[in-house]
Amino acid sequence: MLEEPGDFTEWRSAARALLAGGVAPEDVSWRGSEEGASLFGAETVPAPAGAVSLPRELLEIAERVICHRDAEVPARLYRIIWRAARDRQLLARTTDAEVDWLRGADKAIRRDVHKMHAFVRFRRLGEEAGRESFAAWFEPSHRILRLTAPFFQRRFTGMDWAIVTPDARAIWQDEILTYGAGGTRDEVPDSDVVEDQWRTYYGAIFNPARVKIDAMRAEMPKKYWKNLPEARDIAPLLAGAEARVERMREAAVSLANPLTDKWRTRVPEELALDDDVKTMSELARAVDRCTRCPLYCDATQGVAGEGPESARIMLVGEQPGDQEDLQGRPFVGPAGQVLDEALAEAGLDRRRLFLTNAVKHFKFEPRGKRRLHQNPTTGEIDICRWWLDKERAFVQPELIVTLGASALRGVTGKSASIKSMRGDAHELQGGVKLIATIHPSFLLRLPDRERAAEERKAFVADLVRARKLAA
Amino acid sequence: MSTKSILEKLAVLADAAKYDASCASSGTVKRDSTATKGIGSTEGMGICHSYAPDGRCISLLKILLTNFCIYDCRFCINRASSNVERARFSPQEVVRLTLDFYKRNYIEGLFLSSGIIRSEDYTMEQLVEVARILREEHRFGGYIHLKTIAGADPGLIALAGLYADRLSTNVELPTEAGLQSFAPEKKPETIRKTMASVRVGADDAIEAAKSRLIGKAMPPRFAPAGQSTQMIVGADAARDDDILKTATNLYSGYQLRRVYYSAYSPIPDASSDLPPVRPPLIREHRLYQADWLLRFYGFERAEIMEGARGGMLDLAIDPKLAWALMRREAFPVDINRAPRELLLRVPGLGTRAVDRIVAARRLGKLRLGDLAKLTASVKKLLPFIVTPDWRPGGLTDSADLRARFAPPPEQLALAL
Repeated sequence: MLEEPGDFTEWRSAARALLAGGVAPEDVSWRGSEEGASLFGAETVPAPAGAVSLPRELLEIAERVICHRDAEVPARLYRIIWRAARDRQLLARTTDAEVDWLRGADKAIRRDVHKMHAFVRFRRLGEEAGRESFAAWFEPSHRILRLTAPFFQRRFTGMDWAIVTPDARAIWQDEILTYGAGGTRDEVPDSDVVEDQWRTYYGAIFNPARVKIDAMRAEMPKKYWKNLPEARDIAPLLAGAEARVERMREAAVSLANPLTDKWRTRVPEELALDDDVKTMSELARAVDRCTRCPLYCDATQGVAGEGPESARIMLVGEQPGDQEDLQGRPFVGPAGQVLDEALAEAGLDRRRLFLTNAVKHFKFEPRGKRRLHQNPTTGEIDICRWWLDKERAFVQPELIVTLGASALRGVTGKSASIKSMRGDAHELQGGVKLIATIHPSFLLRLPDRERAAEERKAFVADLVRARKLAA
Repeated sequence: MSTKSILEKLAVLADAAKYDASCASSGTVKRDSTATKGIGSTEGMGICHSYAPDGRCISLLKILLTNFCIYDCRFCINRASSNVERARFSPQEVVRLTLDFYKRNYIEGLFLSSGIIRSEDYTMEQLVEVARILREEHRFGGYIHLKTIAGADPGLIALAGLYADRLSTNVELPTEAGLQSFAPEKKPETIRKTMASVRVGADDAIEAAKSRLIGKAMPPRFAPAGQSTQMIVGADAARDDDILKTATNLYSGYQLRRVYYSAYSPIPDASSDLPPVRPPLIREHRLYQADWLLRFYGFERAEIMEGARGGMLDLAIDPKLAWALMRREAFPVDINRAPRELLLRVPGLGTRAVDRIVAARRLGKLRLGDLAKLTASVKKLLPFIVTPDWRPGGLTDSADLRARFAPPPEQLALAL
């Protein structure tokens, strides 16, 4: 016999004792105190014969499901733990009828808990010594107050509050949570000044052009409406919706607001696209606005070169990668790190070099949460040479190091294999020297460690050669 | 304008905010007011505190700081040339409203946006100030979603990320051409740059957390619920394919948590070049389904578009079914043997049902009767699956399979 319907501790100790005593479910009759004393006089629970271990998940579910109002619940739960003590896999048997019932009942409780978290509406009682106090009346479908009160405690630590339900009440006062007997609606104030604001908000946020009553009622069933201050506005809002939309549709388009032009003068003027750039910072802005090829459509920004105009060595890569595109700077991603290390090893100071790319916008293929690099076409490289030439004109380097085949094409205008160009320096128009080497991202793609170490050594050797040539 | 009461301002500035579909309050860090002795908590799952008769949930106090705006985006009720009534809250008024609503358990927190006043930076500063007062002066632990104003200084965005759970920058129109003609002041590259600075801020915070020297000294989190955006559907000529292309670019580039699709809804005092029609709600719904396929079902955009026509998704049937009808050679799928990725492709099976099937089949062969307990509708699955007691036979390839699922054409109904 259970004294407190919905009390987990009581049910658990009774169930534990029965289970340990080996009492089969069909030999137990569970009754709540509301149903009166047992017909069979004094009840005897056999003494426990040892602890029985049950899956933790099952106990958690039982703690919720015991709150269910169905009078059969204590008995059904006992039947399940009786079986679970003999079958550790029971909960995973989702196609079992009793497990199916348990999951369903648990779902109903969790939904009820969730809706209580959502639909409790506090009304203000007053304030004492800077601490406000509130009270709410709520009618949950099941006996879930003890499952929900801790949530309100965590959320509203800094104020006093009471939630009164027909079965029980929870009170949070001076940071102590206590439970008491159930109560009635009239223990809680019947209004709150802020409710007018809330109802105004509710009415204003509703879009009359897209009425979906079923969707609303599925999530906010009518049984809750009587304790929701905003619910009394639902009927009038719906009644007026069609007319409001009709008015919108019929209203002739009015003249523009007479203040439009005055307000809009504050919009910053877009800089005219000026190809005749005179400084490096103008060039960076112009690169960012470039629409010479369609790559700008998907990239975040155009990434111009970076470094002192007095640099003697210019390093040209392929294009910005994911990180370069986000940060707006060249060689700041994984390949940039490889380059930085190689430069340091070769005795080159990055701050004294000019770093740029043959193509200024990131070309990629979206794949889930990542952007996969795509090689630029020769057409894209050739179009973008316009900017590379501008940068060369500003910096006037003595030596250019091309990293990878795209860079080589960008600088020379011709496609050639790196292999055929690697090693000795070449002479470009105007006496500028050229060293062709691999792109540092190539080193990141090599799965074979030994080969990667070898290639890396050759890459550093190319950089050392560049340093010596420019010295 | 300063003579308006709070109630009047609330009516104007909530009305102005309702065209933003986002209302999520989930996915942020767990925190509560036990230690701060203030108010406010977030527990992972968001809570919808109410529902409006339009079926949309009300989770946050969603308002504009002001609906004055120097921009003139045609689709927007707050554009400069609109004759809509204007109002402006002070940061303190928004703080007060948020706390008053929160203490009565009406909301999970605040979603604050704004028209552009004076400049992008000034507007962003005002939004950040509201969040700062809530967090620092009132120890508010509830959810805060701030709109990031495209083009605002990255320093302001970094600050916003420290106070807010979520940041969002709306794309509004998916194509460059659409933005040019409907929102002349908005530049796609400015929007993308703002999203990039949010992502860089988040990456930096993760990096800082990883490289910290003292285990417990956690650096501040940056917008832990990530960033989102919204695209308006049906205001311009953009096709579903354009919309999904933009969405995949945004997901991959800026790690967006969500892209919201909002059916263009006629607004009061509309601009003359917009459709004065009912919002295309089914189209919006199909885009959400396609979006889910991209994020949770392992579909690529090109695959989804196999079931589309002329770049538009089929309105009569859902996009997964539309794809399956074009790819019948992939079916039927054996429920008891197929890998998870293949089960996810079966029309009618959601991610949860698939998880349940994978767990349950370890303990024994699943028959049709078992499936009924694991998923909502077995009938829809029948043409695409095999179980020990079911083979679809010719059903998978039957010519009238589409008709089994699609609602009857309307002309037919008229003729009868």
